[in-house]
Amino acid sequence: MLRFLLRRFGYLVFVLFVIALVSFGLNSIANNNPAALLAPRGASAEAIAQIKANLHLNDPLYLQFWHFLTRGPDIRGTKSGLMQWPPSLGYSFVKQRPVTEVILDKLPATISLALGAMVLWLAIALPIGVLAATKARSLLDRVSTFFALVGLSFPTFLLGLLLLYVFYYQLTTAGFNVFPAGGYVALTTDPLEWAHHLILPWFTLALTEAAIYVRVTRSSMLEVLGEDYIRTARAKGLPERRVVYRHGLRSALTPVVTLAGLDVATLLGGAIVTEQVFGLDGVGRLAVLSVSDGDLPVVVGVTLVAAFFFVFINVLVDLVYALLDARVRVD
Amino acid sequence: MSEQAGPDATIPAPVTADPAGPPKRPGPPPPPTASPGKSVTARTPLQLAMARLRRDKVALAAGVLLILLILVAVCAPLIAKLVGHDPTTNYPDGIDASGLLPVPVTPGPGFLLGADQLGRDVFVRTLYGARISLLVGMVATAIALVVGTTVGLLAGFVGGKTDTVLSRIIDIFLSFPFLVTALTLVALNRDAFGQPRISPILLVMAVISLFTWTFFARLVRGQVLSLREREFVEAARSLGASNFRVMVVDLMPNLVAPLIVYATLQIPLNIVFEATLSYLGVGVRAPTASWGNMLFDAQASGYYQTQPGFLLGPGIALLLTVLAFNLLGDGLRDALDPRSSRTMAKD
Repeated sequence: MLRFLLRRFGYLVFVLFVIALVSFGLNSIANNNPAALLAPRGASAEAIAQIKANLHLNDPLYLQFWHFLTRGPDIRGTKSGLMQWPPSLGYSFVKQRPVTEVILDKLPATISLALGAMVLWLAIALPIGVLAATKARSLLDRVSTFFALVGLSFPTFLLGLLLLYVFYYQLTTAGFNVFPAGGYVALTTDPLEWAHHLILPWFTLALTEAAIYVRVTRSSMLEVLGEDYIRTARAKGLPERRVVYRHGLRSALTPVVTLAGLDVATLLGGAIVTEQVFGLDGVGRLAVLSVSDGDLPVVVGVTLVAAFFFVFINVLVDLVYALLDARVRVD
Repeated sequence: MSEQAGPDATIPAPVTADPAGPPKRPGPPPPPTASPGKSVTARTPLQLAMARLRRDKVALAAGVLLILLILVAVCAPLIAKLVGHDPTTNYPDGIDASGLLPVPVTPGPGFLLGADQLGRDVFVRTLYGARISLLVGMVATAIALVVGTTVGLLAGFVGGKTDTVLSRIIDIFLSFPFLVTALTLVALNRDAFGQPRISPILLVMAVISLFTWTFFARLVRGQVLSLREREFVEAARSLGASNFRVMVVDLMPNLVAPLIVYATLQIPLNIVFEATLSYLGVGVRAPTASWGNMLFDAQASGYYQTQPGFLLGPGIALLLTVLAFNLLGDGLRDALDPRSSRTMAKD
C-alpha cells in the first residue's frame, strides 16, 4: 500500500512539474515587460531596466523557472517560489497583488458553483437513470435517452444564454423580477442571495452534465440488475423497491461517483464558460480576464491550480478504488 | 437477428456477417456463392453496415440534415448574393432612421433574422458561420485522427519502452486544463502591435487537435494491443511481412470502423470547442462570422433581448449541427457494431 501511495504521489508531482514547465515556458514567450508594469508612472528607462534586473528577468529561462519553483526575488514583500510555505505562485504585476491571494479570492465562487451544480445534476440524473434502467425499452426510457442526447449536444454557453434570455429577460420584462442577470454574492454575506444568484448557473451546468449521468447510471444499473445476487435478492422475496435501491443502486453508483469526482475536479479549475456567461467572479473568469489582460503569472497560477485539482482527485479516486474494491491490485 | 436481413432478404455469408468479428483484409469482396435452389449473396461488412444504417431513420435524417448544412455552407456566398447582403458589410438600412444608435431592425423581408449591433445581416452571417464551424470541426478532427492513429499504432504495436513513453505523454496531455491552456496558446498569437501572427482559424484548428489527438491515440492503442495477438498477424509475420506492412495492411483495416464512429462523434465536440473559444473572444475574430463570436456579440451588445433572432439564429444552427452529428455517430456505431446495445434491443 505504501509503495502504491508513493508511486501515485510521484506521478502527481511529475505531471504537475511538466505542466508547470510547459505553462511557464509558454507564458514567457509573450512579449510584455512586467518591470514596466511594476515601475511607477513615468519611470525612466534606466529605472525600468534596474527593476528588471532585480526581478531576475534577464536570467536565462531555466534559471527563472528554478526561481519560480524554489525561491524567487521578493516582490513588494511577497515571497515567491512554489516550495515556500505557504506556496507562492508569484506576483501579478497587472493587479499588483500576489497570485495566490488573487486565486484564493476567486475560489469560493467556483467551489459554490461546482458543488451546487453537482448536487443538482445527480439529483436530476440518478432517478431518471434508475427509472430508465428498471423500465428499459419503455417509453420513459426512450424519452430520457432522447433528452440525454439533446442535453449532450447543448453547448454550455448556449444553454446559459437561453436560460438568461427566458428566465431573466422575458420574466423581468413580463414584470416578474425572479432571477438576477448575473454576478456572485458570497455565502457569508447573504446565503439567500448566494443561492438566488447561483440558481441559473447551477441549472446551466447541471442540465448539460446530467445528460451524461443519465446514460452512465442507466447502463451501470442495467449491468448490476443482471447480476446473480440481484436474482437471489428477488428470489428470497425482497420487495422490488428494496432490490433496486438497496442492492442494485448501491453498487451501480461506483462509476457514477468516479465520474462526478473527475467532473468536479475539472470544474474546480474554473467553470470557465458558465462563469463567463453569468459574470460569476470565479477562477475561470479570472483566467479569461488574465489572458486578455496579459496577466501571465495569474494564467500560470490558474493552470497549475486547475491541474492540481484534476491530478489530485484522479489519484484520490484510484486510492478509494483500491481501498473499496479488493479486485484492484495494489502493488 | 432480423437486422441482418436486408430489404431484399438475402442471407449473408456467415464469414463476413460480423464486421467486428473476424479480421478483414482489403481487397475484392468474396465472390457470391450460389447453392442450388436458394440464391445466397455474400455481402461485405461494409454492405451490411450500410444496410443497417439505411433502416435507422433517425441517423438517416441526421445525415440528410448534415448534407443540407454542407450545401448551405458551400453556397453561402450565392445565398448572400441573392439576399443582397454581404456578411461583413454594415448596412445602415439595418439601423434605425435616426442613425444615431445602431438599433437593430426587427426581422423582415430584408433582414430575415434582423441585424446585429453593427447593422450586419444576422441571417447571412449565420450561413457564413456554418463554413467556419464545419471547416474547423472537420479539419481539426482529421488532424487529430491522423496524429492519434499514428501514435496509437506505434504505442500499441511496438510496445515496451515506446509504449510507456507515449502513454505517459498521452496521460500528461489529458491532465492539462485544456481550456485555460487553449486560452493561453491563442492569446499568445499576438505580435507587438496586437495583430495575430498566424491566421486565428488555423491556430484554433491546431489547438483543438493538440488536445484531442489523445482520444484517438488511446482508442487505437487499446484496439491494437488486442489485435496484435491475433492469428492473422502471426500469419502475416510468418510470411515475412515487415512491421510497417503489418501495421498498415493488416491492422489498419480493422481500425476503420471504430475510427469512423469516433471521428463522427468528435466533430461535434470540436465544433463546440471552436464556438466556445470564439465566444470567449480568443477563437475566430470579427469581422469573420462564427457562431461563437456571434453569440458573444448577441450577449455583449444586449441586442438579443429585443432581437431574439440574433441569439436564436446562430444558437439553433449550432445546436442542430451538433445534434445531427451526434445522432449520425450513434447510428454509425449501431450499424458498424452489431453487438452494440441498441441493435440488440430491437430483438
